[in-house]
Amino acid sequence: MGTRVISSTAAKLAAAAGLAAVAVYATVALAGPNDNELMVEGQKYTTEIPGAKDGPLEKVYSGWRFRNEATQAMQLDDFDNPGFTNVETGEQLWSTVDGEAGKSCASCHGDAAESMKGVRAQMPKWNEAAGKPLTLEHTINNCRTQNMKAAPWKWESNQMLSMTAFIGLQSRGMPVNVKTDGPMKPWYDKGKDLYYQRVGQLDMACSGCHEENYGKMIRADHLSQGQINGFPTYRSKWQKLGSIHRRFKGCMKNIRATPFKVGGDEFTALELYVASRGQGLSVETPAVRN
Amino acid sequence: MAKVKPRVKVPKKAEAGEVITIKTLINHKMESGLRKDKKTGELIPKKIINKFTAEFNGKPVFSADVRPAVSANPYFQFKVKVPESGTFKFTWVDDDGSTYSTEKKITVGG
Amino acid sequence: MMMKAATMRVTRRQALGLGAGATAVVIAGPTVGPAVAKGPTAEDAIKAFTGGTETKTGKVSLSTPEIAENGNTVPVSFDIESPMTADNHVQSVLVVADGNPRPGVATFHFSEMSGEASASTRIRLAKTQNVIAVAKMSDGSFFMDKRLVKVTIGGCGG
Repeated sequence: MGTRVISSTAAKLAAAAGLAAVAVYATVALAGPNDNELMVEGQKYTTEIPGAKDGPLEKVYSGWRFRNEATQAMQLDDFDNPGFTNVETGEQLWSTVDGEAGKSCASCHGDAAESMKGVRAQMPKWNEAAGKPLTLEHTINNCRTQNMKAAPWKWESNQMLSMTAFIGLQSRGMPVNVKTDGPMKPWYDKGKDLYYQRVGQLDMACSGCHEENYGKMIRADHLSQGQINGFPTYRSKWQKLGSIHRRFKGCMKNIRATPFKVGGDEFTALELYVASRGQGLSVETPAVRN
Repeated sequence: MAKVKPRVKVPKKAEAGEVITIKTLINHKMESGLRKDKKTGELIPKKIINKFTAEFNGKPVFSADVRPAVSANPYFQFKVKVPESGTFKFTWVDDDGSTYSTEKKITVGG
Repeated sequence: MMMKAATMRVTRRQALGLGAGATAVVIAGPTVGPAVAKGPTAEDAIKAFTGGTETKTGKVSLSTPEIAENGNTVPVSFDIESPMTADNHVQSVLVVADGNPRPGVATFHFSEMSGEASASTRIRLAKTQNVIAVAKMSDGSFFMDKRLVKVTIGGCGG
């Protein structure tokens, strides 16, 4: 009932003074993350942890905590989670022979439940041969072209999303744990620069929404911290799974900036930096969002 | 488009006369026929799952006539009172005439 | 907590003077086509289903989220009070959305083996509107329930 009172007061204020009501809203009726607990198939997921001591966030929250109950519910049961059709496809692809070498993923990596455990949590990861960090998508395509002698998959193809969902699932519940030191340091720094750099016609940086204003509404959307621990993620908006880079691209378009290339160095560096901001959150792949 | 694959969740066992919950989901774009191709400006033809049926031992138990307003990857959850052991058959009918189906067995009593 | 958050969103809309009318202006849903020939309305669809028989309230309970974060996937379920016996059962249930370009959503058919006349699905809503469920009983009577779903469109969300 309390909110009703605020509501009518705010409405009157809005009529009287336009923007003044926004200020009233901002101070009185702020909606932060909700308090729901993420439990899937009897397992509890970490959706909230204290931020690093010198880190930018006092508390680190999974994006799941910013969604409403209807959206949240779709991730509570693996059957209800529409991302699992891709997981099943990925599982089949895992043992499907492809390419001139006559191999499948399983030929070298055996049981994914063992060999892929923890892989998603550490991505992007330094690759000595490439001389740079590779995302999960890069790593899969490297394996396809170099070891299987098969054609690489397109970044946002159904096969790639199915494989990243299936591999990602093997790390579900494990804490995000990317390396940011050693050879990763320059990539981390580059990602950080990109995160705070204002770009586009709207002159906005990632930080403007996801660090300074998470928990508030941007028009009709409840802003999260932009964590990427649930990717590939099934979004209602997309009506399918999508990659981290697709999400970055969407954000950049929204601020009227020219998006970086999907799979390119900029987005890889940004992926590393954004992943590092969510160190310790549970991997939720495949998550469900709005 | 991805290969269409039905998923169903049916309990393996039940008591005689027990009301069980069945969940079904099939990956399908459910192209509404109302969207335009961004490049050509032409309407993308409608292509949806237009019918879903559930049978038990050959008898219809539940069905749905589906319109484009059902979301992509159509999801249906419903109840069935199972009188005896038997087999469920679930069928989805596509606008292009293809049908997708899957079966699940349930043991009652025992 | 959830409901509180939900109320707050409405609150803000009112505060900004963005009522239901304003949301219609900022349609951005990918499933909404701009040029659709005028077809039958929700009322027409219900009339076709009932054959003009009066629909009473009661027996049907429809549940929907108060606010849908994205109109592409809105969970909807209904439960109809009925013994579901051979001579007293629910035959079918029509679900319509009165603000969509085409109001029809689905018609569900039940049987003596249904045990309970209930079902859940996920639907597309182009904007804030009513979802209506009409149940046809075996004695030829009709019952209905209606729920308003606020669809948050015109946000950011990449």
